[in-house]
Amino acid sequence: MAPTSALDMPDMPSGKLPPHLELQRTRVICAADAAAHTESIQYSGAYALSRIDNSLRLREFCDNFRVEVFSLNEDDIEFDMIGIDAAIANAFRRILIAEVPTMAIEKVFVANNTSVIQEEVLAHRLGLVPLKVDPRLFEYKSESDLANEKNTIVLKLDVVCSRQDGRIKNATVKSEQLQWLPNGSEYQIEKTSKTYTSFSCSQETLPALKDNPIASRYPDIILAKLRPGQCIELEAHAVKGMGKTHAKWSPVATARYRMLPEVALLENIRDSLAEELVEKCPVNVFDIEDLSRGRKKAVVARPRDCTLCRECVLGDGWDKRVQIRRVKEHFIFSVESTGALPPDVLFLESVKILEEKCQRLLVELS
Amino acid sequence: MASMMELGSEEDPCASTFSLVDEDHTLANSLRYILNRDPRVEFCGYSIPHPSENRVNIRIQTTGDPAKDVLKDALQDLMVMCQHIRKTFTNAVDQHKVAKRQGEVSMKSGITEPSTE
Repeated sequence: MAPTSALDMPDMPSGKLPPHLELQRTRVICAADAAAHTESIQYSGAYALSRIDNSLRLREFCDNFRVEVFSLNEDDIEFDMIGIDAAIANAFRRILIAEVPTMAIEKVFVANNTSVIQEEVLAHRLGLVPLKVDPRLFEYKSESDLANEKNTIVLKLDVVCSRQDGRIKNATVKSEQLQWLPNGSEYQIEKTSKTYTSFSCSQETLPALKDNPIASRYPDIILAKLRPGQCIELEAHAVKGMGKTHAKWSPVATARYRMLPEVALLENIRDSLAEELVEKCPVNVFDIEDLSRGRKKAVVARPRDCTLCRECVLGDGWDKRVQIRRVKEHFIFSVESTGALPPDVLFLESVKILEEKCQRLLVELS
Repeated sequence: MASMMELGSEEDPCASTFSLVDEDHTLANSLRYILNRDPRVEFCGYSIPHPSENRVNIRIQTTGDPAKDVLKDALQDLMVMCQHIRKTFTNAVDQHKVAKRQGEVSMKSGITEPSTE
């Protein structure tokens, strides 16, 4: 007699996982006590017994991958990335925070500072000021490199606080008072005729910088406070760097993602239970639909707003009526730029950086 | 910038550890994901031996193909994925910008219906 397997039975769907396994593969179940099936199934032979190939096929990935932009403005973007594993999505997030370069003040030459704020504290504050300049126009500067127009931006701060007509002028020093010096440093190195930078031409000759003079992204960052008679005179040199060296070079305020929440009603929830459910949810995920003869029914109206607080599954028997899940391969990505580059460009840069990493290793391998 | 070392045996090219300098979870975890979903891979994992050393070791054991070739394919796959992601993302952003502009125009002209693309 030929051996028969349960897989050959007619009720066994071919080419598809049984529904309970498919749910475990694609959803995180957020039960009242703990989340279940949080891992992503990566092993290519994970479903070999069900005769399903779990290996990565690029064609399939390309067909299924989708991006939907939810909102986009000068500083923020929120978009959905669908059909991608957490490993890759997280790589982009990590690159955005730590490896997309920007320009930030690195060296401060203090000529005079009679304010109460110490030089090193002031220098640190200056370092954290986000600059509105495209970092792709510049090169990295190593310790041995001379400061030139391609790797250094020079900003001047020269403020004197004084009493004028009974009013105090320049009592607060703000970031808008940082003045860009396109011709480089004005300070001379002692006993030489050279300055601290050796620019071969003015940075204003660069067409990209001509129309967008370099300045702080925000004009109203308070750098220091002065009293009449005090002054600050300094030059700040900004260079290109990455967030992994110091957070001041990070191009994003936040780069985060969350998995899409999914709320499932396991049975029809009617009348007083429906009202109780709407009452339970603090973010108004549920709505009430009026049925005929004054009856009511609960519906899931805004699952995207769900914060997975689990209020709806807590309490007597509620875990049998409602289930909250997360869709594993659906990421709601949100990027907030600090102003050097628009947020959509930042994301593209992060993808490019991952590509470059691969390219570099491929060259080394062959 | 990054330099790489392959640690394995000459008799058996199927199992190797690749030691990458100046890389971290970002690349290693992405590669581990892609390698684990390759049917030729028997085992793949990575570790960072010491947190203050910029080094990551990726272990690859295959069912017969040289580990180096499998890693190369994984890198190639990751690059193709990145290119596709970039293309898709650019399209989505362009679409969003067009839709937004149309929405603004219809608001100005007093049409209250949401614009249909």
